[in-house]
Amino acid sequence: MNYPWMALLFLVVKGVCILAFFAVNAMFLIWLERKVSAKIQNRLGPMVTGPHGSLQLIADTVKLLLKENIVPTEADRFVWWLAPFFVAVPTVAAFLCIPFSATWIVSDLNVGILFICSITSLCVLGVFMAGWGSNNKYSLLGGMRSAAQIISYEVPLLLSVLVVIMEAGTLSMQGIVHAQEVGWFFLKPNVLVAFLIYLISATAEVNRVPFDIPEAESELVSGYHTEYSGMKFSMFFLAEYANLFIISAVAATLFLGGWLGPWRPSAVWFLLKVYGIIGFLMWVRWTLPRVRMDQMMAFAWKILTPVSLINVLVTGWLLVIKG
Amino acid sequence: MEQTPGWVTLGKDALKPVVAFLKDGPGAFISLHCLTGVDRKEAVEVVYHLYSFEHRVMLTIKVILPNADLTIDSITPLWAAADWLEREVYDLLGVRFAGHPDLRRILNPDTWTDHPLRKDFKMAGVVPKPVK
Amino acid sequence: MDFEELIINMGPQHPSTHGVLFLQLKLDGEVVVDCQPHIGYLHRSIEKIAENRTLVQFVPFTDRLDYIASMNNNVGFCLAAEKLLGISAPPRAQYLRVIVAELNRVASHLLAIGTFAQDLGAYATPLFYALRDREKVVQIFDQLCGQRLTYDYVRVGGVSGDLPPGVDQLIRDFIAYERRMLAEYHDLLTGNVIFCARSRNIGVLSKEAAVNYGVTGTNLRASGVAWDVRKDEPYLVYDKFDFKVITGQKGDSWDRYDVRMREIEESLKIIEQALGGLPEGDPVAKVNKVFRLTGETYMRTENPRGELGFYLVGDGGPLPYRLKIRAPSFSNLSVLPYLVRGLNISDTVCVLGSLDIVMGEIDR
Repeated sequence: MNYPWMALLFLVVKGVCILAFFAVNAMFLIWLERKVSAKIQNRLGPMVTGPHGSLQLIADTVKLLLKENIVPTEADRFVWWLAPFFVAVPTVAAFLCIPFSATWIVSDLNVGILFICSITSLCVLGVFMAGWGSNNKYSLLGGMRSAAQIISYEVPLLLSVLVVIMEAGTLSMQGIVHAQEVGWFFLKPNVLVAFLIYLISATAEVNRVPFDIPEAESELVSGYHTEYSGMKFSMFFLAEYANLFIISAVAATLFLGGWLGPWRPSAVWFLLKVYGIIGFLMWVRWTLPRVRMDQMMAFAWKILTPVSLINVLVTGWLLVIKG
Repeated sequence: MEQTPGWVTLGKDALKPVVAFLKDGPGAFISLHCLTGVDRKEAVEVVYHLYSFEHRVMLTIKVILPNADLTIDSITPLWAAADWLEREVYDLLGVRFAGHPDLRRILNPDTWTDHPLRKDFKMAGVVPKPVK
Repeated sequence: MDFEELIINMGPQHPSTHGVLFLQLKLDGEVVVDCQPHIGYLHRSIEKIAENRTLVQFVPFTDRLDYIASMNNNVGFCLAAEKLLGISAPPRAQYLRVIVAELNRVASHLLAIGTFAQDLGAYATPLFYALRDREKVVQIFDQLCGQRLTYDYVRVGGVSGDLPPGVDQLIRDFIAYERRMLAEYHDLLTGNVIFCARSRNIGVLSKEAAVNYGVTGTNLRASGVAWDVRKDEPYLVYDKFDFKVITGQKGDSWDRYDVRMREIEESLKIIEQALGGLPEGDPVAKVNKVFRLTGETYMRTENPRGELGFYLVGDGGPLPYRLKIRAPSFSNLSVLPYLVRGLNISDTVCVLGSLDIVMGEIDR
């Protein structure tokens, strides 16, 4: 890296790779979800476009790109235009610190996990802006629900991440993976508890069933993105699935040993674990009904938060005892 | 399963006290099963079907209202079930129920002027007014 | 600071208002302060049409009332007509009517359970299971009368045709299949913690309120009133069969779900007995096409949604002078504002789903 332009070129290439992965992965996940749901519901799912409907998502994307962009007359235009970017951009940014293998990482920040957690929590801003800017009562309710939900579940989420950080002694994503070379973290009982709490809160973070309260189709039509169409809608949609990937990737990295596996290539192991978690979340989504707003908030503050606080305390003691 | 073949005809002032007695009295006609109206051209019959779970008897009460004065006491204070049923009779036959808490049209739009189940209702060429 | 209530227009196009129902909700935060249902979007003046059709001509219109349970409407109307005319159907037709009515009740309850779970946010899975099972019933009806939704199978004086060969075996297979599948529903929903938390103690309808609002059918039985027209004032040949009247304890949304689940089992029992005791003979009676209607009659039958009543008045001519259709969903919906006051939006959807209404018969 003697030449500065080489470094710049590398950055651009990495950025393009991440963007491409962001889009392709989200499309794949949408296809996968439609197939998984179809399997669960005794249907076939998309079958017409391409073998087993594999080209369906490309067709859908083209359709969404070409669709007219409808702006509600009464919308707060500035906020309304900006909202999808506030949801999509942090999601792409979070990919920077995901370690796909020992070398495949855009930037191994020494505060990697902190970076991911903080930048993904910016999404709530975009969701709330969308809810407010649409000037639609359903969207407003969805946006408010979403803000309350995401902020509440951030607490147990970070507390369960904290347990891993204490065990690993580092905030760097690669450092956390290397710390698991002696044994994956979820094998330790206290981290296993943290893993469960993380999974539950992360499901809430990405608004998936049983915590899909901000979107709540049967109540709020589709919550904060009711008024969005075309490309803007697809940005919400892509971000939703990219977020799903990120929470699963973080879970795989923090608890399941990341890219560690018995043989190479390690990126395969990483993706296997990630898609395993995604598959589990999809299974949950197509099985469970939705909880109610107040039940969900009570669950976050009365159960998850105290349990994760105690868990942090116990982890601290264990570490002190071990020296 | 002896459903009474006939019916009882009451004066319109007697209706409310009588059904109140039927509801709370020994007959225990606690259920207002149906409430409807029949246009008899020069008069409108309002028909009440009361049912007693205890005695398993369906009682049919009719009140005949002359076209000149289509008003009758509402029995909504006695049965909540009467609320919508009376609104329907008002909407379709134009009987006014005095004392009904919210006597609006229920099936037809609020801008509608006729009462479609009246026999003098002209069916051809009916165009509803646009809702403002 | 000045506070104002938020008014939300739920419907007429909304994913969970079960058709074209328009609810005007007045909200304080998310709590419903007032709920005002507006109906009539599907008003086709069926009662006025009835005054211009002979009884035979009117039977297909009854299909369009409660289109989820067309067979039951057919049965109800034909019984009312027969009662007015003083005729009765041959025994085989009576048994066939029981079989089709109960099969349709099973299909209708399945759909009610599926959509209820959908309203609680279970993304389509229970609904698809319900549709899968309902499809079997629909196929049986398809073989029976060539229609999948509006059957027009039951006619004044009998039914439109005998069981085609093989259909009784199809029905027997369906009974065995559905008994197996009910276990699946119980696994998916009945014991589900979230499902119970969402529906228990939500929209509690007391016995007194249920009777006062004229609520009938499963909703009334869920409130603890053991009242079933099939049992207590048997029509057709229901008195020959052994079945239980299912009741709930509290009258909350969960009880309404539970009563439907258990009623499916009872209906299967009735179908089984009716198939076993099916008498020989011609189910198609020879009756006139046009009758002189005199006098008046009121006939009610137990529909999946409650008691469907027909008040039929004749004036000596061939056309009914007046036909009032007492639609069960109409009264069942009128209780909604009373139930949802003080609940939040999610619960409103839950209560509405558990009441199981069909707009076709509310608006008529």
